[in-house]
Amino acid sequence: MATYEAEAPVVVADPNERVAARIGRVVTRLPVHIFLMLIGVLWLVPTIGLFFTSLLSPSDYVSNGWWKVIAHPHLITWENYSNVWHNTDIPTALRITAEIAIGGTILPIIIAALAGYAFAWIDFPGRDWLFVLVIALLVVPLQMALIPLFHLYNTFHLYDTIFGLVLFHTAFGLPFAIFLLRNFFIGIPKDILESARIDGASEFRIFWKLILPLGLPAIASLAIFQFLWTWNDLLVALVMARNTTPITVDIFSQLRQFGSNIDIIAPASFLSMIVPLGVFFAFQRYFVQGLLAGSVK
Amino acid sequence: MEPPVAAAPPSGEPGVLRRNAVALGFLAPAAILLLVMIVYPTIYTIIRSFFGKNAHEGFLPHGSWVGIDNYKALFTTNILVTAIKNSAIWIAVAPAAVTAIGLIFAVLTERIRWAVAFKTVVFMPMAISLFATGVIWHLMYIKDPGQGAVNAGVGAVKAWFSSPGALSNAAPSTAVLTGSPQTGYVLHKPIAAGSTALMGLTAIPPTDLSSAAKQAVVPQAKSGSITGVVWRDFKPGGGVPGKVEQGELGIPGVHVKLIQNGKTVQSATTGDDGSFTFDNVSGSGYNTGIAASTFAAPFGGISWLGPKLITPAIILAYIWVWAGFAMVVIGAGLAAISREVLEAARTDGASEWQVFRRITVPMLAPVLSVVFITMLINVLKVFDIVISIAPGSTQSDAAVIAVQMWRQSFGGVNDFGLGSAIAVFLFVLVVPVLLLNVRRFRREV
Repeated sequence: MATYEAEAPVVVADPNERVAARIGRVVTRLPVHIFLMLIGVLWLVPTIGLFFTSLLSPSDYVSNGWWKVIAHPHLITWENYSNVWHNTDIPTALRITAEIAIGGTILPIIIAALAGYAFAWIDFPGRDWLFVLVIALLVVPLQMALIPLFHLYNTFHLYDTIFGLVLFHTAFGLPFAIFLLRNFFIGIPKDILESARIDGASEFRIFWKLILPLGLPAIASLAIFQFLWTWNDLLVALVMARNTTPITVDIFSQLRQFGSNIDIIAPASFLSMIVPLGVFFAFQRYFVQGLLAGSVK
Repeated sequence: MEPPVAAAPPSGEPGVLRRNAVALGFLAPAAILLLVMIVYPTIYTIIRSFFGKNAHEGFLPHGSWVGIDNYKALFTTNILVTAIKNSAIWIAVAPAAVTAIGLIFAVLTERIRWAVAFKTVVFMPMAISLFATGVIWHLMYIKDPGQGAVNAGVGAVKAWFSSPGALSNAAPSTAVLTGSPQTGYVLHKPIAAGSTALMGLTAIPPTDLSSAAKQAVVPQAKSGSITGVVWRDFKPGGGVPGKVEQGELGIPGVHVKLIQNGKTVQSATTGDDGSFTFDNVSGSGYNTGIAASTFAAPFGGISWLGPKLITPAIILAYIWVWAGFAMVVIGAGLAAISREVLEAARTDGASEWQVFRRITVPMLAPVLSVVFITMLINVLKVFDIVISIAPGSTQSDAAVIAVQMWRQSFGGVNDFGLGSAIAVFLFVLVVPVLLLNVRRFRREV
């Protein structure tokens, strides 16, 4: 550096200084770059590890660490996946998971949007008190409902049904959804609503034609959260279902023989991750927005 | 009872009624679901926690009232106390760790141009189920360094600092060598410069021997040096112990040392034929020996999934999931801090650390507390990741409150009274957070 500066003609000192400053900055920030790169790799390795493991045949898995796949790509086989797809219940479990997640996303959003609108824009006695109650319900652990709902579900034949699971996720998704949507709806300019009301539009029409379209960004965030939440659930399905089970429960039942069932566990786990990861990468922006809007759940 | 609604004129009475009816229409589906599926069960569970295992379930539980016995059991049964202790560890470590790591990442990513890529990578585990995360980390934590990536990494770092011993099972072939695998072996009889030391070892499986090993050779004696050989003193058919014979292999890579007056004065490594040389030696009274590191057992892996380390191991995996959340929320808070304040402090000569400590952190305090509280609630309810990482045998060692609630109620024990008590305990722990939320909201309105 010293010789470089000495050789630089005085006339062009200015741009050179800038170059030098930039180099200086890069050098002082080099540790930061290296550190964050290491962290990035560290954060990627576990997921890659599962994927590579899912590509090893059982015999290769026993004699090789998954990382040897990098140096020996010929070890890769898609046999585990084809076996899981054709010879196990995993595809059925995936279908059930999708049905639960879709139902468990649409239903609470519709119900919460209705309630959120009433909380935001309809004057009725006790409105604030009721809303505080909803906020209070936000932190009730679902463990508080498992035992009574287990009995209720058995009594009303909701046990082991997709609808029962959807209903459970709907109820426990509601407080957060109402909270989020009410707070978003209340930000909609009052003039728009007032003029619609003066024009004689019914409340439902206002809700349907104005609020829902305007609330779409919040609804999108909420939908992503609720979808991931229901898709990834294990506990509710573990308690409320026996045969109509989502993929998490199916894999869970294999876990006790982790070593010998790895050729099913690894590919099935990876399959269970594909949809959430796809949703995440496609809608990352909404995901972050939703996170910032209501990091209270 | 109700506070009067914004004084409606008497003529508007039917309008108000109509409006209330409309509001009811909008609220009814949510109200019914919340009442039936959260409020009623909460009350039921609280009552149920005072009834025994054999109580009748109905609209409300009846029969077999046990008072607070279930709560007594909660704090006296061994596995439940373990679960409470584990939950305490989780609460003490996880929220603070996640918040701190999120803060570090958020501050550092402000300085790089590839922040978006970094954030995506660190944030990604949020999309994966905690259950699948458990499977992923179970795989990472396998004890055998040949299969578990974490132990493979630890082993590699260890090998960097001290290479693993060439022979973990070997023993001396004759009594001239004394010592133990822990201390190394030393030639019993002192020797002088110009001598040759023969150190024979046996009990070496052929697979332990390096493929580079060649026929053992007794090196020529040199004045001013001590030479020697370490060899596998065994050949098919036996051979004579203590004598280097045709067909017996030298042992390469053995750490040998030269000792004088109990102190190591030189060390060397044997060649492919097992030979070694210590130069610049004069006088007598030397002992040659084989360093203990030669007999060090290869790294067998840390038992992450064993009863001792299982909880820290699961917490690490949990941090892997949630650090991205903390980073993104704190990063948004960071972006809202005025650049001018920071720049002004820097111009005034504040170091980066001072800026961070005295300005960034205090200004971020509200965001940090939101992250911390969110994590606190999450940690209390942690379930999936614990039962998917902890294999059957160590599940009791790893269990937290939420896990035991499930196990006592549905995992074979089927004691709904005790299960209810555990759930209520969990609920009581989140009530302060609940009150905090309500207060914060009331301030906002």
